[in-house]
This record gives sequence, structure tokens and C-alpha cells, in this order.
Amino acid sequence: MEWVKRNQITVGATVVVLVAAYVFYGINSNVATSMFSGAWFFAVPLVLGALTGVVGERSGVVNIGIEGQMLVAAFAAFFSASASGSLVVGVLVGMLAGIVMGAFLALTTVKGLMDQIIAGVVINIVATGLTSFFYRPGKVLSANMPQWNVPILSNIPLIGDVFFQSGPIALFALVSVPVVHFALFRTRWGLRTRSIGEYPSAADTAGIDVIRMRLVNVTIGGIFAGAAGAYLSMEATGGFERGMTAGRGFLALAILIFGGWRPLRVFAAALFFGFTNALASQLQGVVNIPQQFITLLPYLLTLVVLAVAAGRVRAPGAVGQPFVKGEGS
Amino acid sequence: MADPRDEPSDGTPVEGAVATETAPPPVLAERGAPPPPTGVLGLLVREQSIIVPIVAVIAALAIGAVLIRAQGVNPTYAYQSLFTYSFGTADGLQATFEKMVPLILCGLAVVIPLRVGLFNIGAQGQLMSGAICAAAAAHAVREAPGFLIAVIAMVAGILGGAMWASIAGALKATRGVHEVISTIMLNSIAAGLIDYLVNGPLKDPSQSYPSSYPAPDGAKFQALGFVPIGLPIALVLAILVAWMLRRTTLGFQFETIGRNRHAASYAGIKLGGMIVLAMAVAGALAGLSGSIEYLEIDPYRYQDGIAGSLGFDGITIALLARSSPLGTIPAALLVGALRAGSSTLMFNTGIQPEIVDMLLAITLLLVSLPIIAKLIFRRHTAKSSALASSWGS
Repeated sequence: MEWVKRNQITVGATVVVLVAAYVFYGINSNVATSMFSGAWFFAVPLVLGALTGVVGERSGVVNIGIEGQMLVAAFAAFFSASASGSLVVGVLVGMLAGIVMGAFLALTTVKGLMDQIIAGVVINIVATGLTSFFYRPGKVLSANMPQWNVPILSNIPLIGDVFFQSGPIALFALVSVPVVHFALFRTRWGLRTRSIGEYPSAADTAGIDVIRMRLVNVTIGGIFAGAAGAYLSMEATGGFERGMTAGRGFLALAILIFGGWRPLRVFAAALFFGFTNALASQLQGVVNIPQQFITLLPYLLTLVVLAVAAGRVRAPGAVGQPFVKGEGS
Repeated sequence: MADPRDEPSDGTPVEGAVATETAPPPVLAERGAPPPPTGVLGLLVREQSIIVPIVAVIAALAIGAVLIRAQGVNPTYAYQSLFTYSFGTADGLQATFEKMVPLILCGLAVVIPLRVGLFNIGAQGQLMSGAICAAAAAHAVREAPGFLIAVIAMVAGILGGAMWASIAGALKATRGVHEVISTIMLNSIAAGLIDYLVNGPLKDPSQSYPSSYPAPDGAKFQALGFVPIGLPIALVLAILVAWMLRRTTLGFQFETIGRNRHAASYAGIKLGGMIVLAMAVAGALAGLSGSIEYLEIDPYRYQDGIAGSLGFDGITIALLARSSPLGTIPAALLVGALRAGSSTLMFNTGIQPEIVDMLLAITLLLVSLPIIAKLIFRRHTAKSSALASSWGS
């Protein structure tokens, strides 16, 4: 109860949204289910991409390269799945690709002291170059990704339909959010991660190996972007196209900021984005708006949201600054 | 990874092209750094902002050679056919120069904000809005004399690009929205809006493919021999930007903000206004390149793909040029030659034109990683100034 009192707004907003969703569900269950499913479908890669950002930026490393991480992972996942004939291999290779890209970012920025923004942009450009050069059309997956129905939970009306009857990567995203949140705010690892992102020289004085921890965190954080990539090419569409991430990595960054670098809020922000997108496509049949305006809505919304949120949330104190032992800031 | 010190065996005619004169910033004396060496080594160390990109290009071509070899094609032959077309034939040379124009301008559009500590990823969207504004303006005054139309189209392009970029600048200055995200979002928004325009209000009904009305005949740029008119414009602007950054108060203010924005603010420089101005100037250059594309390149219309990846190549060029305005010229020559020759390469060897993206990506990687400078110059590596700013201010 103490917790509810402290988080009045969060709890209140959640209740309001849930009630509204169920009222909508009561009015028209088919449309409601399809809209919320569409929202979650759109939100999955954003949630995963933003989690990569959360882990990296809480450790003090800006990651502009999420887009590139996702693209390379989508590429690696799809083509390894198609070549090996095994979906499991595809997903694992995708996650591995995310980790490798994360390791690259970590090494260049933490060890090499390269500018973090430039490193991220370079990752994006390299990812585009790599994936478009090695792209071969005409490959297919041996099978579609399975749909898993979580026992009991999938029978809940609406929530069960939307969240608990989905592919493995979407479920992975659903599980990852509370796990990362718990790890970040309730474990020793989390406390240390936040400390190296806020005030690395103090953390260093307290005996934390800032460099090593940043290296490990940024590398491991890539697993989520890898999963997001695998989701895009294997679970969402079942095919790889050049540049298929289409800015989702940057939307994830905006959501990261909108969500105030907190996994649960990031989840809510991503759902909000997804819902707006679903609403717009739903409206398209009713109101006469050109289709192009629907496609650019998420980007416009990102700008508006950032303009509103930027003043209200606070970034980790040391994000973007390289740490050099002995040169305390 | 090939050792960058290894000379690749392939013909690399671009080497001479890159090594044209650029004025490098003097190596700053670092506290505790070893005394600068003299003689040949000293010259090399002082000129490392030129040498590092050249080594990076050579290394990238060497890695590219491995990739080409892996596709079963002789790399020497591949590079030969690419560069022979780009530099050795009149058509090819004209194509190279035509590509150079937007590349120089988009490179400058990245260089200027870099000096202020902003990273403009939005040259692509600024180029596109410039081009569509030019197309709209040219169509609106299509009855006017040709020369006037061209001027109006260029002014419209400049204004369109400047307006688009200053949105990002204003968001940064007033709300602290990071320019990397906002410019990327603006790229996508520009693409969507323009897609609507060329399918709707600005669509030429005589075309089956979505495209704007063509530029009136009198306004089209004619090439002088194999030199397109845009080239001297771009070269003059590169020189002007170099002069502006180096010799004017405005350039000094930009530079001061980039080096230390707190000091700049304390010295009375209006940060917000300068940020918007820097972005607007950058957008104006990218927008101008869009209007030149519209007036100079067949089919003289705004069509899907008019921008190609020119705006993003601008980032590569700015980093390759080590954010020197004059350095964008050789960098654009190299990238333009690669882009112009890629279709011939495809025709002769069957290698996909995306090899160019690959080569540029590797070059960018090598030029921006501190590896090369460390390998060659070891302790004498010049420190590059940090750019990364946090999401807040």
C-alpha cells in the first residue's frame, strides 16, 4: 500500500488505461483485440531496442547504433535460419549478432574512447553497407515461427489474446521488461550499473571497475537489439529486405527518453506508440486521410513526444562521456 | 582485418585525388606529450589529418578487393573498370562531377554543424525538401524567363532546406531534443510528405510514375563540356564556408561554441540562436544541392530516388574530410567516382553496386576509429575533440 501511495500517478494511469481498454473490448471485442494486438505487434521491436538503450545508457554509453544492431541481427537471423533450416539457430544467431554489434560499440567507445555519437552513426552506416551488399533475394524460411499460448494466462480476455498468444520473441520481450527493471533497481548489478552511469569517478573510488563493467553491459545489452532484429525478419514478416528496420531503432531511442530510462515506463511508452499507430491505420478506412500521413505519424509523434518529454526526464548523469581512470570529471 | 600499413597490390588511382591540398588544423600541443618530431616524420605527424583518410581509403579498397575476389572476380580488373569509367571517359567524368556537386554540398551541411558540436544526420531530408521546393517554385513561375526560373528554384531550394533543418535546430535550442534523433525523424517525415505531394498536388498527370512537373526547358542547367554548372557553385561554396569558419566573427562564434559551449555562453554568444543558425546554413546548402539535382540531372523532375543516398554520403564525406570544408572536395571526388562507376562495374563484372556502400562503410569505420592514427603515429596521435553531448542540454 505504501508503494501504491508513492506511485499514485503510475498506478492511477494504469488502472484508467486498463478500464478504458476493457470498456472498448466490451463495446466491440473484435476491433479492440485487433487494435491492441496491432499495437503490441508494433511495439515489440521498440521495447527490445529500447532495453538495449536502457542497459547501455544507464552504464553511461549513448547508443545511436541500435538501428544498425537491429538491422544486422535481422539479416543474420533470417539468413542463418534459412540456410540451416532451423528457427532456433536463426533466433540465436540474431541475438549473437546483436551482442557482437554491442561489443563493437563497447570496444570503440569505452576502450578506444571514440566519440559515442559518431561510433553509433558509423555502426548504422556499416550495418546498411554490410546487409545490402550480402543480401540475396529469394530466400525463405523453412517454417513460420510458432505461436505459443501461455497456459492459463492466454485465457484472460483481451490481455491474454494480445500478450500471451504470440511468438516466442514477443514473449521474450514481455518477460525481459520486468526482469531488466528488477535487475536495474533491485540488484547489486543494477546499483553498480546506475552508479557508473551517473558518476563514474565516484563509482571508481568505491572500487567498481567502470571500464570493465561498461564493456560487459554494452555488449550484453546488444542481446535485446538482436532479438528485435530477429523479431522483424522472422516473427513479424518472415523475410529480410534491405533497410527493413526503417527507423525503428531511432523510435526505440525516442521511447527510451520518453520512458525516462526506466524499463516499465519504456514498455508503457512503446505501447502508447503502438496504439497510436494502430489507431491511425484503423481510422484510415473511416476518415479520408492520405496513406502517407499514416506512415509518417510515428516519426512526427516521436518529435512531439521528445519535445514534451525532453524537459521532464533526466538522463543518466555521465551518459555520453568517456571514462578515463584518473581524469575524474 | 588487413594491416593498413600494407600497400595493396591493386591500382588505386584515387590516392592522388585525395591528396590535394587541404589545410589541416595544427596539432595541439598536449600536456605531457612527447616533443613533436622533426624532419619527414614530423611532417607526417603534422599532416596526419590528411594521411589517415588516405590510408583508410587504401585499406578499405584492399578489404574490398578481398570481397571482390570472394565473388570470383579479379579485383584489379574490377577497380580498373570502375575508375577507368569514372575518370577516363568524358561521360564518366561528367557523371563523377555531377555526383560531386551534391556530395560536396551535403558534406558541408554536415561539416558546419559539426563545428558547433551538432551532428546533422538530416542532410538527406534537407536535400529532399530543397528539391521539392525547387520543383514547386519552378512550376509556379514556369512562364518566366528560364534564367529567372533557375534562380527562383535555387532560392526556393535554399529556403526549403534551411527551414527543414532549422526545425531540428529550434527543437535543440528550445527543448533540448537531440539533433541526431530529430533530424532522422525529419528525414522520414520529409519522405512521407513529399511522397504525398508527388502523388497528389504536385503530380504531373502525364507521367505514370509519381513525379513532379519537369523543370522548364530554359531553366535546365547545361553542362560546359563535361563540367556541370553545379560544380563551380559547389567549389566556390566550399571555399566560402572555409573562409567563413576561419576568418569571420560568425565562424569564430561557431568554433567557440563547438569547443566549449559554457565558455561561449559566458562570452555572450547566444547559444540558441547560433544553433538554429548553424542548422539553417547547413540546411540551406543541402537544400541548394537538392535544387541543383532537380535542375541539372535528367529527368529534371522530382522523382522517387532523386536523393539516392547523397545525404547520408554527406556524413561519410564530412568524417573523411575530418570536418574540414575544403577536405570535402577530394572526399566528394572519391565518393562521386565510386558512385558513378558502380553501374559500369556491375555491367563488366556482375558485382552488385552495393559494393560501393560496403567500401564507404569500411572507409568510414577506419577513418573514425582511432586505430590507424595510433598504428602509424603511436604516441604522436593528435587528440580529436569530443563531440558527444548528452541528451539533455
